Amino acid sequence: MLSLWLNVLASGILLGLVYGLIALGLTIIFGVMRVVNFAHGEMVVFGVYIGYWTVRLWNVPIIVAAAIAAVVMFAFGYLLEALIVKRFVNRPHHYQFIVFIGLSLLFSGTLLVAFGPDPRPTASQLSFQTVSLGLVTLDLARLQAAATAGLLIALLGAYLKFSSFGRSLRAAADNRLGGLIVGLNIPRVYAVTFGIGAACAGVAGALISPLFDAQPYLAVDFTLLAFVTVIVGGLGSFGGALLGGLVIGVAEAIAALMFTPSMKTALPYALLIIILVFRPRGFFGAKEI
Amino acid sequence: MLANPYVISLMTIVLLFTFLGQSWNLMLGIGGQLSIGHALFVGLGAYSVGVLYVKYGISPWVGLLTGMILAGSVGASIAWLSFRFEVRGIYFALLTIAAAEFARIMFSGWEFVGAMQGLFFPAPTGGIEISMLRGDARFYYFVALALAALGIIGTEFISRSYLGYVWRAMRDDESAARALGVRTFQHKILVISISAATAAAGGGVLALVQGSIFPDSIMGMGLSVDVLIGPVVGGLGTTFGPLVGSLAAIPLNHLMSALGDSLRIPGLNNITYGVVLISVVWFLPDGIWPAIVRLCKAIQAPPTAWLWQSRKVEE
Repeated sequence: MLSLWLNVLASGILLGLVYGLIALGLTIIFGVMRVVNFAHGEMVVFGVYIGYWTVRLWNVPIIVAAAIAAVVMFAFGYLLEALIVKRFVNRPHHYQFIVFIGLSLLFSGTLLVAFGPDPRPTASQLSFQTVSLGLVTLDLARLQAAATAGLLIALLGAYLKFSSFGRSLRAAADNRLGGLIVGLNIPRVYAVTFGIGAACAGVAGALISPLFDAQPYLAVDFTLLAFVTVIVGGLGSFGGALLGGLVIGVAEAIAALMFTPSMKTALPYALLIIILVFRPRGFFGAKEI
Repeated sequence: MLANPYVISLMTIVLLFTFLGQSWNLMLGIGGQLSIGHALFVGLGAYSVGVLYVKYGISPWVGLLTGMILAGSVGASIAWLSFRFEVRGIYFALLTIAAAEFARIMFSGWEFVGAMQGLFFPAPTGGIEISMLRGDARFYYFVALALAALGIIGTEFISRSYLGYVWRAMRDDESAARALGVRTFQHKILVISISAATAAAGGGVLALVQGSIFPDSIMGMGLSVDVLIGPVVGGLGTTFGPLVGSLAAIPLNHLMSALGDSLRIPGLNNITYGVVLISVVWFLPDGIWPAIVRLCKAIQAPPTAWLWQSRKVEE
């Protein structure tokens, strides 16, 4: 019994790290630009497809697929911001919501046209291998995804904290006008921010491609999951996204064990409603990134 | 035109979404509160009608009333909870989506209301029964027409009443409204519960028209988006915006999905719909209706000024 609980807990934590990475992408974009990316799930699914195709065509390890996803999705996010999103940054939320709903329809439509509606399982060897650590047995795909996600979160945190670009990004998040006054190139900061956000989603997608079948309709679930994660932790907070990811991952795993499968999907929302009611700004307030 | 059954059923949906758009418009365009989870209220209305009628044979009129009361109270409690704790703006919007998703998942797992298999109304007998709100497609077209007209007149009435002025003052500057003695907390709850109750009425009729209720389609994200596309595309806060927007968006979506089906390109309607949404917000930021109004003014159309006093939202 203890071993079952430990296993569930461990797999929840591992998946939670990946959720944390997805949420981090959303939270960085919101923290800096005050824009809620409602097409975030589509970006995760792009990553899943990149993982699926690179592994299938070249049989590369999943880490390489994740690196490819990072580069591709960074460029994608950068261009998307520079071409479309920047026109809507200062608009009211409901306009942004419509734009991003439009983008997400466009993206999911493109995926449907390109790959069709049927799920494509990534049948890599990784999906079936396990590692035993005492009482806990973990599957390798999950462990690898979590380790990579954890490492990336740490690297990104360090980059934002110590690099000069990270400083200007945090300055822009703190006070846009102040940043403009001291000579920050705000349009570039915004484009790079959006690129980083998209890259986080893409990498997370590539990392979980051995665990989830590639399928266009997954996107909505990932978008909602990212929202829940981010709000639980606090929109715009770096640590909050990570903590939110872990909480949601563990909560999902426990709910799946204790209740019916439909409870597994309902629990994060219940948690979210409770948290919003008692701590409206999440565990950590906003404005800290 | 009205002889063609396809046109009738399409127009019925357009008019129903005009009504639902009006209810959403009341909340954001006049009340200043963004909801992206309106499917929750629509779904509650649909399920009230469906459960009472299918399980107990009770008239949909009672179901509509029950649904309105239910959705109004749910809307009021969501509003009470969130404004009590100063959840506002985008956080409130995300709370509405979370509540809608939570309800959708709960209803998908609830055997009594049909769970994922859905709830089916008995097939129409062909006769028109006003007391049971049953009839053919043409009957429902007139029901939807009446509802849409009621929505437009009702919105116009509310927005010219004392409440309309108070709500717009609250929308534009809450602290200023408060300083003038408006109890904004109570008024926000009131506007949200009225919007929720009307959305439930629309949802009840929508369920009757469709003849079946499935949690994913009546309470899903997609329906919340469909509800707000009409007013945003047509013109937010305007009286005729939801009608114009629904007239433009819904037939386009149906056309494109039919085209996509016949060409066997599954994502075609998503792509065109997405591109159209982005272009409308890009090129006609305040919607189609204000653009038509500007055009009419430019070519000096006869003055019917009461029709187009614009009530823009500024956040």
